[in-house]
Amino acid sequence: MATSTEDAVGSRRPKAQRGRMRLWPIFVWGAVAFFFVNLIALVASVVVDSLGTRWFGTWLPEGFTLHWYADAWREFGLSSVLLVTLEVAVAVVVLSVLIGLPASYALARRDFPGKKLLMLLFVLPILVPPITYGIPLATVLFKVHLAGSLPGVIIANLVPSVPFVILTMTPFIEQIDPKIEAAARMCGARTTAIFTQVLGPLLVPGILAASILVLVRTVGMFELSFLTAGPESTPLVVALYNSVFAAGIRANQSVDAMATIYTGSMLVLLVIALRFSNPTQLVTRVREDEHA
Amino acid sequence: MTATAEETRTPTDPNGRAPTSWRHRLAERGVDRTLWLLAPAVVFAGVLFLYPFFYGLQLSFQPTDGGSPFANYVTFFQDPFLRDTIGTTLGLGLPAALVNVLASIPVAYVMRGKVRGKRTLTTILVVPITLGTVLTAQGLIMYAGPDGWLNKALLGLGVIDSELVLTHNWIGVFLSLVITGFPFAFLLTLSYISGIDPSLDRAAATLGAGAWQRFRTITLPLLAPGLSITFMLTFVLAFSVFPSAQLVGDPAGSTRVISIAAYEAAFQDVDYSMGSAMAMIMAVVMLVVIGLVMVWRASLYRGATGGKG
Repeated sequence: MATSTEDAVGSRRPKAQRGRMRLWPIFVWGAVAFFFVNLIALVASVVVDSLGTRWFGTWLPEGFTLHWYADAWREFGLSSVLLVTLEVAVAVVVLSVLIGLPASYALARRDFPGKKLLMLLFVLPILVPPITYGIPLATVLFKVHLAGSLPGVIIANLVPSVPFVILTMTPFIEQIDPKIEAAARMCGARTTAIFTQVLGPLLVPGILAASILVLVRTVGMFELSFLTAGPESTPLVVALYNSVFAAGIRANQSVDAMATIYTGSMLVLLVIALRFSNPTQLVTRVREDEHA
Repeated sequence: MTATAEETRTPTDPNGRAPTSWRHRLAERGVDRTLWLLAPAVVFAGVLFLYPFFYGLQLSFQPTDGGSPFANYVTFFQDPFLRDTIGTTLGLGLPAALVNVLASIPVAYVMRGKVRGKRTLTTILVVPITLGTVLTAQGLIMYAGPDGWLNKALLGLGVIDSELVLTHNWIGVFLSLVITGFPFAFLLTLSYISGIDPSLDRAAATLGAGAWQRFRTITLPLLAPGLSITFMLTFVLAFSVFPSAQLVGDPAGSTRVISIAAYEAAFQDVDYSMGSAMAMIMAVVMLVVIGLVMVWRASLYRGATGGKG
């Protein structure tokens, strides 16, 4: 029955249209493939240049070497830059989970007047471009003498990270059955015991996923770090930007070596992040935030 | 709601335990000690987001050189070098957001069902989002620059006669916005399109609707609200094109976006007041665009999509 209707539909459709139907997915796939080929070539040209000796107007460099990495490491003081990046990222992750997690518990478990308004307050730092609130924030930090220091960079990066933890953890806590907590209380568990022995273990996967996403975002967050970083507190993205901007003095290859180090560390973080979270899941979460 | 609150109050009141009943009534509305957990986050958002914002707002009305409180805004709108940055920003952000959303529709439509390699593809698509704008810009300069592989390949194939100038101009910034913005728009659109019940499409096919007709009259109207959100989020990303406009763009001319002007005012001229004024103008321009999209969205169908989400 069903097949005969399908056939009838098929035969009623003009020939030309049927042909186009099979063609356009091929066209779409072709366009996607084109995008990827260019994207891969784009990253590859940076990597190849960082490994090459001299590269002028030919397809590939004349020879390959690793000495640009040594140069970049020395010139840009990469050991201290990487240390700063690590310190900022870890501090931001730990603090944003400590501040955001209790709030997301309250938001997930209670329905109270003004909840929508509060959600709006937490969505805004993610929706507004960082440069917009970064300039007044940096001005305030200058006023209290925190700009240009490590705490300043950490504080600035916390502004979008705390809301991000809240918005990803609230749906996660919502799906944990509140009856589990009630049952623990019935069995005589105190509030601290409920949090450490019952909720804690259940929350670990969510906390891990949120932490890693915050880590990736913080390492890649340019604007806020750029506005608040000083010479002693420059994270990798900002150092990369500064090196590109001062490229006249330095060899382009060592800039590219630095860019490759940056890409490499981002990719490692990304692979770890994808082990703990699914990108499409991430998107549905973004979408739920929108509805909230 | 009010009725139930009244009912719960009446039995407790005669007992004369006013504090308990007061607490009870609040708990009835969901206000109890659990809400103290919100305190750190609320204080944080207040001190580090709202306070700087309002501080910037009042600072923008206190010009460094004195004069009327609106002097910064008057200067901004009188000086074409500053005023035109709004047009430049919109001239980059709007086409980039539009192209990203429009391009993601057909790709998401093809991938809406069970397709082999979907997980792999979505994974690869997350890569450019994490690469960040600085690396994308550097890559574009290397790859699409005058000596890059792209120009070499196109010249070699005889597609073009002379080198394409794709960097240090509007095109360079636009390309970098597409590279970082398209994957983001696609992932969002894919999740919206997967939320539409496939049986609606099948029902229409049974009734004799062609592929284009089904797309235009069923999928597209159900997708439109999601597309408006995707557009807004992509536009927000494209709106703050600071690093790419500086690196692959022409920061003194055709890609002098408002964020560059605001940065220069605040940190190169050390005029925080003017910088804050421009940040406020940025916020207003962005909110106006988002508001317009929201108005358009309100006129669309807002029911269930029948699917899982």
